Amino acid sequence: MSTIDTLSDRRAHTEPPAARRVSVRLAGLLIALAVLAAVLVLGIGFGARFLSPGQVWAGLVDSGSPYYRIVHEMRLPRTLLGLIVGLALGLAGAIMQALTRNPLADPGLLGINAGASAAVATAAAFLGIGTFGSYVWFALLGAAIVTALVYAVGGGRAATPARLALAGAALNATLYSYVSAALLANTESIERMRFWTVGSLASADFGTVRRVLPFIAAGVLIALASARALNALSLGDDAARAIGARPGLIRVLVIVAVTLLCGAATAACGPIVFVGLLIPHLVRPFTGPDLRWMLPYTAVLSPVLLVGADVLGRVLGSPGELQVGVVTAVLGGPLFLYLVRVAK
Amino acid sequence: MITTTVGGRIGVRPRAVLVGAVALLGMAALAVLTLGTGEFPIAPGDVLRTLVGQGTAAQAFIVNELRLPRVVTAILVGMALAAGGAVFQSLTRNPLGSPDVLGIANGASTAALAVVIAGGSSAQLSLAAVAGGVAAALLIQLIGGRRGLHGYRFILIGIGMAAVLQGISGWLLTKGVQMENARAMLWLTGSFDGRGWEDALPLLGVLAVAVPLLTLGCGPGLRMLEMGDDIATGLGIPVRRVRGTALLTGALVVACAAAAAGPVNFVALIAPNVTRRLTRAPGPNLLPSMAIGALLTVGADWLAMHSGYPLPVGVVTGALGGVYLVWLLTTERRAGRI
Repeated sequence: MSTIDTLSDRRAHTEPPAARRVSVRLAGLLIALAVLAAVLVLGIGFGARFLSPGQVWAGLVDSGSPYYRIVHEMRLPRTLLGLIVGLALGLAGAIMQALTRNPLADPGLLGINAGASAAVATAAAFLGIGTFGSYVWFALLGAAIVTALVYAVGGGRAATPARLALAGAALNATLYSYVSAALLANTESIERMRFWTVGSLASADFGTVRRVLPFIAAGVLIALASARALNALSLGDDAARAIGARPGLIRVLVIVAVTLLCGAATAACGPIVFVGLLIPHLVRPFTGPDLRWMLPYTAVLSPVLLVGADVLGRVLGSPGELQVGVVTAVLGGPLFLYLVRVAK
Repeated sequence: MITTTVGGRIGVRPRAVLVGAVALLGMAALAVLTLGTGEFPIAPGDVLRTLVGQGTAAQAFIVNELRLPRVVTAILVGMALAAGGAVFQSLTRNPLGSPDVLGIANGASTAALAVVIAGGSSAQLSLAAVAGGVAAALLIQLIGGRRGLHGYRFILIGIGMAAVLQGISGWLLTKGVQMENARAMLWLTGSFDGRGWEDALPLLGVLAVAVPLLTLGCGPGLRMLEMGDDIATGLGIPVRRVRGTALLTGALVVACAAAAAGPVNFVALIAPNVTRRLTRAPGPNLLPSMAIGALLTVGADWLAMHSGYPLPVGVVTGALGGVYLVWLLTTERRAGRI
């Protein structure tokens, strides 16, 4: 039995009546939004020079403020990129876990981010492409191919957590050696790519934010819209069909959403693991397995993790910085190990 | 090949001997081809003449001094990885439970990378790789818990650990300066380029101790363990001791291979797997696996040299291994084993 099932079984006996439950969850969501706002202020305020929340506000809205330039040119784009990339990775993880009924699904672990990286490395090393505008198309293509592949190799509907994780590990290792080969082809591309392959927000600017935004927005919309259908699918294909859902269509839509979310996120800041694993697991005890609650919670709290990890990386790595991908890997790894330990 | 049967008696399986012998012959042929390959091509006949001391001075220099250490390192690394893989697959009772999937190779490479970036010497690098690999193995055992090593739990733990270690390696790569990064990347991928006797000889020493220990010391115990802890205990096998020794020795051998050439991916996974299919024998199949492992690394190195592109051997084995693993997953799933 998976962790999800155990958790929902346990809750079934202790949960308050529906109306109260809804108001508690709404209140929780508002608190989560407040936390997100605080982390965003922290993300903008933190840097070579610390800005208080008041100074952050002045820097945001008052073009005469001495902080206007530093906020708008450096810290705002970085924080915004963290916001949308965190959102993308968290939602992608949540809908993948629902689709595959696999509590260990994460776009990083399943090789999807590696697929996007491999495509970007190809562009950088062999085609001499160095601009982000072209990266994103390669990243989407790579993510799409690997998403389909990992789903097929892992057994599609018959996938088990172990099978999917292994399929992901196999693809990850192969793609990783391919990326090394591509990068070794010219030293210049190692220099260009080595920060990118770790997962970092350091090179964020408004251009990047603007270019990934449409893809991520589309992915978010599809993900949120498929919540009800995915709930139905969790009952099994036949039951889902009986209540009017179309399993085949849902699978295609979810895979499209995962591709858009992971491809664009990876193009913007490199492969980042464990955000998609961590947040859905942390919110599930509050929301239960109902995706109509889980997805909004995930959407609000995933950026908290990513922007928070970015700030933490700047604190721990100071005077330089620890890339956000490293921080999430080190934070998420132990949770993953814990989940494996408790899973039956 | 020599295997021990129930009761610890040593017996010989003709099929395993045949597999081992054919693999060694193939490896020797590829080794001769590799020795003749390079900026100064030498015909296979001349390579053989040179090896027995009948070549010209120039040929002797090129073959014996420049190219032989590389080929010998490739053979030893292949043998060591296959031995480690055979032991781990036997311990985990799973064709996928190999040291590269379990994150042991990542432990070795992350530790070694830290030394490369810090500008350490080759000796320090080797020590770090060995320590990192063994530490990763111990950590898996520690996290995985008390009830032995089998089941998917270990593989999943290994995958999680590998992901964390990959993050740390990536971060280390951002710390170095440009020259060291190229060196580090090459090392991280696994390469026999520029290997000398100083890489091959320590590995030979480790294998000389580890292989008898594994075949004679743990071989019978490992085969019994594959049937389950209870049966093994019932047959008088000291389960904990056999498992501990095999785990540590296997990790050590793999880590030493990584210290010599970097993590050459997937050899530890493929060689014992293929060997089991060919010999159709239970148990770790240690010696035939080592022959197949050597065939694989020498073959992959030869392929890398002939790719018309400066490709490190780890990329070749990585690509081959990924395809093999995907195939294995598909067939195991169809057979209902995973």
